[in-house]
Amino acid sequence: MIRAIAAAACLALVSASAPQTVALELIMGDTLPPKLSDYRFFAGETLSARVAPYALNTALFSDYSEKDRFVFVPAGQTARHTADGVLDFPVGSALIKTFRYGARKIETRVLLHRPAGWVALPYVWNEDGSEAVLKRAGARVDVAVQGKTISYAVPNVNQCKECHADNARLVPIGPKARNLDDGARLANWVKLGLLDKAPSGDRVPLFTDASAPVAARARGYLDVNCAHCHSRVGSASNSGLYLGWTETSQVALGIDKPPVAAGRGSGGRAVAIDPGRPDASILLYRMASTEPGVAMPEVGRSLVHAEGVALVRQWIASMPANPMPARPQS
Amino acid sequence: MNNACLSLAAASLLLHAPLAARTIDVAAGPGAQERLQGALIDAQPGDVVRLGPGRFELTDGLSLDVARVTVRGAGPGTGAGASVLSLKGQRAAGEGLLVTSDDVVLRDFAVEDARGDAIKSKGADRIVYHNLRVTWTGGPKESNGAYGIYPVSSEDVLIDRVTVSGASDAGIYVGQSKRIIVRNSTASQNVAGIEIENSFEADVYANTVKHNTGGVLVFDLPDLPQLGGHAVRIFDNTIVDNDTPNFAPKGNIVASVPMGVGVMVMANRNVHVFRNRLANNATTNVMVVAYKRPFTDKNYNPLPRDVVVRDNVHGRAGWAPGFAGGKELAAAMGGTLTPVFWDGAGGRAATNVQVRDKVGVVSLGLAQPLTPMTEAKPTPVKLSGGKPIVEPKRVVLPASMEAAIK
Repeated sequence: MIRAIAAAACLALVSASAPQTVALELIMGDTLPPKLSDYRFFAGETLSARVAPYALNTALFSDYSEKDRFVFVPAGQTARHTADGVLDFPVGSALIKTFRYGARKIETRVLLHRPAGWVALPYVWNEDGSEAVLKRAGARVDVAVQGKTISYAVPNVNQCKECHADNARLVPIGPKARNLDDGARLANWVKLGLLDKAPSGDRVPLFTDASAPVAARARGYLDVNCAHCHSRVGSASNSGLYLGWTETSQVALGIDKPPVAAGRGSGGRAVAIDPGRPDASILLYRMASTEPGVAMPEVGRSLVHAEGVALVRQWIASMPANPMPARPQS
Repeated sequence: MNNACLSLAAASLLLHAPLAARTIDVAAGPGAQERLQGALIDAQPGDVVRLGPGRFELTDGLSLDVARVTVRGAGPGTGAGASVLSLKGQRAAGEGLLVTSDDVVLRDFAVEDARGDAIKSKGADRIVYHNLRVTWTGGPKESNGAYGIYPVSSEDVLIDRVTVSGASDAGIYVGQSKRIIVRNSTASQNVAGIEIENSFEADVYANTVKHNTGGVLVFDLPDLPQLGGHAVRIFDNTIVDNDTPNFAPKGNIVASVPMGVGVMVMANRNVHVFRNRLANNATTNVMVVAYKRPFTDKNYNPLPRDVVVRDNVHGRAGWAPGFAGGKELAAAMGGTLTPVFWDGAGGRAATNVQVRDKVGVVSLGLAQPLTPMTEAKPTPVKLSGGKPIVEPKRVVLPASMEAAIK
């Protein structure tokens, strides 16, 4: 009995002085941990050692859910800063993202950097928010948002890969230096020992920042919401429509570009972007749809992101128009 | 070893243990979505995911990303013994079934009413589609999905004994791929029956292609990762009665296909159309044309080049050409357009289009690809000569693919 009390006291002492440590062996291993708590990223509301919250300048729209993002980098290591693309996280790192509506947690997606590459796993929370369990086949959860009930879709692991594909390799999408950099965030990562350096560089503006140029905000928005698939190495490479931040080809960006395999996604419109004519632009039509087979992105939303649509509309409207609207094939 | 270690070892064993191929049975009925998607995720290379008979009422698109998996149903028919994936209740995803891994075999099941494309495979080398039925049960409608069978960006594609109807773009569409066989299949009531686009080395033979808007299309389009479609052979097909009004959503390239085309070759190089039976196609049996839109892609050639049309059997054609000015054109030619026509764009030397069928052939005499059809100056032409064209060799796929359907 005395020994038990002593052990408890000892434990309490440890937890008071040093935070819980992440189960690195689970990140590095090749099992599929059934519960989110198995990783020990959190102890209740407390973050474990070397787990840090972060945010992005412009985020992927996911049915108006709020997202809590965390990064874990193993002790003794740092992520490497890269000017273009995602930060280079060492093996053993994890990216953790919880999707919630107010206090109700729906799912937590983890990206684990294992020795053989990145692995993406979705965990779905129970009703009382005490545990999240692995659902590799995905799930649908009814959620009330903006006054209506939607069928929120937790992606299955294949859908994770559809967006996280880089020539069929799975990679993180969000934590790019240009989309993390808000002037202080990366410096803070360096201070926490998570990142090697934080030089100033290209920055994606907040898409809501009215002081930034419309084109930069819209391009940033498309980069974050579309370019993981619509790139030369992504799932939509065959479309020829590439919406990345650094894309320079006007046709690849969709300007005066006819569709290739849009089907009814064309909405009777002739080109992805008809400059100056948002209502004649397939890109906007598909962003504003919730119809499967029409809606873009194909996965991850069942609602229209009104603010994103408004921004892209404003951008297309601001482009100098061709003398004549593009005529659909008929 | 403590308990935690033991269970860890057991879990790791589960991930790696199955050296022998397994069969994972999935029955129709409640929870089909999660059970079937779960099986497609849990499958290991070499496994068979076996669909039981009955209807799988799905709520989302399915996907497969494990190599060397066979998805096999109890049959593609319409009776109780068949395995039918119904996407009527699909709430998300761009396709009914998406395959992104190599050496996959899909056989003996049906896919109905996909909201987008029915079965798509991307970057999936050596894929086999065999004995499948894909349909939209409401008949031809603009609101149907675009493609029925849709392999893209892949090497070695075999499509054998599939039936597709109702696609609002192409029933069978192969895009940006290399080494392709489409055979023994039936495409009806689609906008395009079979379409080979931006692809290299394709054999399309022994298919029945009827009651579509256009039968077989061989296209090359600009601004895509794989350009310069070539080495395509269309032979021994029955391509008749293509009489479904075009129901493609506007904006898509196939929306420009006039009703009643047998074979349409647009851009592309080294295309051979031979020994087909072509009849009852109101616009024409075979049309060879340039790509008719402005483009900026410097690597793109909009002209058809080195095209051979020979030894086909022609029935009635050309009595109601479906393109702008077609009616007037037919009237000027004495009521019908010839069973084979070429738009004339680019001229003979640059295109080397050769027609050796014993039927009338007309050049529309368009000066440039962008010259509108309404400015056609139709002239009967003899295209039987020209620079010799070496026909591509038969497409041979890896033996494992043919073995998979034995």
